[in-house]
Amino acid sequence: MTFLKDFINTLSAASTSFLLLTSVFAFVVFFNLLEGKIRSKVGAIFIAFGTLFVVVGFAVRPLLYLGIAYFVILFMLSNLGGRLWDKRVGLRLLIGALAAFGLSMLDPNFFLIAAKPDNVPIGAMIFLLGIFTWIALRKAYLNDRQLAAGGIPWEKTESDEKLFTWPDLVYTEMLCMILLTIVMIVWSIALRAPLEEAANPTSSPNPAKAPWYFLGLQEMLVYFDPWLAGVVLPTLIIVGLMAIPYIDTNPKGNGYYSFRERKWEIGVFLYGFLVLWSFLIITGTFLRGPNWNFFGPFEYWDPNKLVPLVNVDLSEIIWVKLLGMPLPKLWILRESFGILLVLAYLSLPPLLAAKPFRRFYLKMGGPRYYVGSFLFLFMMALPIKMVLRWLFNLKYIVHIQEIFFNI
Amino acid sequence: MANLKSVQEGIVNSQIWKSVFRVGIPNTNRKRVLAVLGSLILHLHPVKVRRSGVRMSYTWCMGGTSFFLFLVETVTGLLLMFYYRPTIEYAFTDILDLREQAPFGIMREMHRWGAHAMVIAVWLHMFRVFMTGSYKPPREFNWNIGVILLVLTLLLSFTGYLLPWDQLAIWAITVGSNMARATPGAGNEGPMSGLIKLGDIRLIHAGDDARFALIGGRSIGPSTLLRFYVLHCMVIPLAAGFLMAIHFWRVRKDGGISGPL
Repeated sequence: MTFLKDFINTLSAASTSFLLLTSVFAFVVFFNLLEGKIRSKVGAIFIAFGTLFVVVGFAVRPLLYLGIAYFVILFMLSNLGGRLWDKRVGLRLLIGALAAFGLSMLDPNFFLIAAKPDNVPIGAMIFLLGIFTWIALRKAYLNDRQLAAGGIPWEKTESDEKLFTWPDLVYTEMLCMILLTIVMIVWSIALRAPLEEAANPTSSPNPAKAPWYFLGLQEMLVYFDPWLAGVVLPTLIIVGLMAIPYIDTNPKGNGYYSFRERKWEIGVFLYGFLVLWSFLIITGTFLRGPNWNFFGPFEYWDPNKLVPLVNVDLSEIIWVKLLGMPLPKLWILRESFGILLVLAYLSLPPLLAAKPFRRFYLKMGGPRYYVGSFLFLFMMALPIKMVLRWLFNLKYIVHIQEIFFNI
Repeated sequence: MANLKSVQEGIVNSQIWKSVFRVGIPNTNRKRVLAVLGSLILHLHPVKVRRSGVRMSYTWCMGGTSFFLFLVETVTGLLLMFYYRPTIEYAFTDILDLREQAPFGIMREMHRWGAHAMVIAVWLHMFRVFMTGSYKPPREFNWNIGVILLVLTLLLSFTGYLLPWDQLAIWAITVGSNMARATPGAGNEGPMSGLIKLGDIRLIHAGDDARFALIGGRSIGPSTLLRFYVLHCMVIPLAAGFLMAIHFWRVRKDGGISGPL
């Protein structure tokens, strides 16, 4: 039991859990698990991957645990293959997850955080996201199988058939409303809305957290400065969402569930929605304690936990550590490497448009290609910065404190 | 049983009933059509809908859930407004009163949980619309309205978070609104803001930057409370209501409840 708790505590650290999620996600999307075809050679690649982690991991515990988690998850997934979308298998997974949650509630530290009134809806949200992702992908899988056999998606078989709004639609809505009313009343009686002591501007709580739906942004503050994490990136999320229908020119998959016809769109969206946004919110809500330090789900939120501050800027790594020189006084010289790096990153789309992505460029046209790829680059800036932080303790790539311009 | 039937018929055939529901019980196709067409509420819907649009496994009913929760929030919010005064003297004690004194008072509970549920429902609605590719032409514009409605939902919840005026409220809003301080060019600690000068005087400072505009002061205070109250009860709900009307209208005009086109 202690081992299991330690195992989960270690794995849920932002670095390990994010790597695990991302690579399992990539595995699922790119190796066609969603179409129910897992190939044994793919399994072999990942077993080699896992072995590597285990070997390296004997020195570093998180990596060892990561290796074990890889083995378990990927072994399970590749064995299930298409059966993952079987109703009975889905139900079993859900019951398993609920049981694991119930068992975890026996732990006093876990209970303290998960049962906080404002955290209850987020706990429910995790399950809802899981359930609805499974439903959507199951439907896509079933439709894809039909399409592969030369058929049409089931929504199309029904689209000519029209029903009277009264009674069919009106009754469905009525039932939904009654059900929701009951849920809301029971929920409101069972759980009191949180109310702490009266506002006191002189004593700030530790940790001070934003409302839960903004905790993803607050978690981003660990990796970026407020102007990026709090202003530019949220704006770009909204702009990006609004741009989706204009960037995506794929005429297929309009109005029915399908994965095979929209691999890239669904892959990118699910990555942003589940692996970045939801993951950051869950981390920010359940796993960030006093001083925004990380605490595993079964750990006590110790306000005196000491975390060494070892983050360094790119300029310091290059000038001091690699070149053995003092930092130049002039900021443009000091930050030249970082600025070049950022410019190189941003010039990827035009460079890639010349050769490897020519096909996309021609298919989408200039404006669509550039808007889409810049939005994608900004989205990927987050995981890139996260990984750089974990690997090199990198604080800022560009650090111009003279004008508050830090990346 | 026969009695019940005659009572029902008596009611349905009475002049009062007929004056309200002109059609009577919609038991023929003609009456079903007229029932929908003749009602302001029901005529949000077309007379006939696709079979897939009625299936819960396809729509998840999340758009409807979001709208219903908005109505729940409106009703419970109105009831709360009878008790609540948005000043720092009274805000917290009014909430306490509401909790301790109002009999069976679950309106605040329902308002708060409804707000959380609405955020989740809107996210899931967006998720479903994406997964069925229902943002593709001709529905691009409606997807955009949807995104704005999503943002308004978050802002509604955010402005409401401050109103109880307890520790949870002011510190969450402090953390949330601190970000505005870093707006490039418009926040007092944002990049490039220092470059906006008149001679030696900085034009963007803590007394006039983006955060000041948002919270009406240098720190969360009485004017923030009033500001958020007005935004929460009037400005954002009206804007959201207006956009919802367009959203629903466009669902009809862009080909009906999502389905293959």
